[in-house]
Amino acid sequence: MMLTATAVALLCIQSLFVAAMLTGIYSLLSAALFVLLDAVDVAFTEAAVGAGITTVLFLGMLARIPSRPEQYRKLHLRVGPMLAVLITGAALIYATHDMPAFGDPKAPANVHVAPRYINDSAREVGPPNIVTSVLASYRGYDTLGEVTVIFTAGVGVLLLLGHRRRREDRDAP
Amino acid sequence: MHHNIIVREVANLFFPIIILFGLYVQFHGDFGPGGGFQAGVIIAVGIILYALVHGLDKTRRLIPEKAVRIGMSLGVLLYAGVGVVTLLLGAEFLNYNVLVANPLTGQHLGIFLIELGVGITVATVMVMIFYAFAGRGQE
Repeated sequence: MMLTATAVALLCIQSLFVAAMLTGIYSLLSAALFVLLDAVDVAFTEAAVGAGITTVLFLGMLARIPSRPEQYRKLHLRVGPMLAVLITGAALIYATHDMPAFGDPKAPANVHVAPRYINDSAREVGPPNIVTSVLASYRGYDTLGEVTVIFTAGVGVLLLLGHRRRREDRDAP
Repeated sequence: MHHNIIVREVANLFFPIIILFGLYVQFHGDFGPGGGFQAGVIIAVGIILYALVHGLDKTRRLIPEKAVRIGMSLGVLLYAGVGVVTLLLGAEFLNYNVLVANPLTGQHLGIFLIELGVGITVATVMVMIFYAFAGRGQE
């Protein structure tokens, strides 16, 4: 409910600063939702990344761009995109009725590999936190891929924004 | 923000706590929620807080950009290196059982090392992105 309210507020707000703050609040609320669903690790990540560092990066970016308050005055409500969003949302909500109930032990996600993780991970891997066992050991490849993605993103940002210093060095006598 | 004494002192107070909490999340991830990714972000946030209060130049002197760049690749290298070591020891890529004699200890060591790699890469990439954004248009 509050998530929806924040999202609607985000739509209506014109100031970029307030919008950045609202995205932070949105992330924090999602983190609270993940805690309610017992996904503590995901909530942790959402709070740290979504509410913490993304907001800081947004603010850092906002400080760099000139403020143009006049151009953001009016909220344009276009019918086409609005319809597309509403239809997609309705279809998604309709599709959720086919999903197994939350916490259903017979749900496909809970009978595939989850029992193996829950029963054997303490014997096979060790850590009491099964999430760590899955991420670091059973799914080691995937995590390596994720780290590589982050590394690539960093290199990309460096390539786009980080060459200022080198050019200065070359210009200097 | 440099001139506001309350902001500066509170940030100084929180900086070591944030870094300590990051290290706790990093090394306690096996037992509670957390792990390399979250720890990396928390440590990066601590450094960014320092940079916001004390200015970018002072932070750059504390943590040089070159070190950050090396850290970025070092983390991935550490992660993939663990995989290569397990390959050389005759097991599958990233099968930590063979790292030491006892498979469980091997798993523990392997997870410790790769989480450290994840933490280093995430923290340095976040700081790097912040340096790149905040340093733009300066000078």
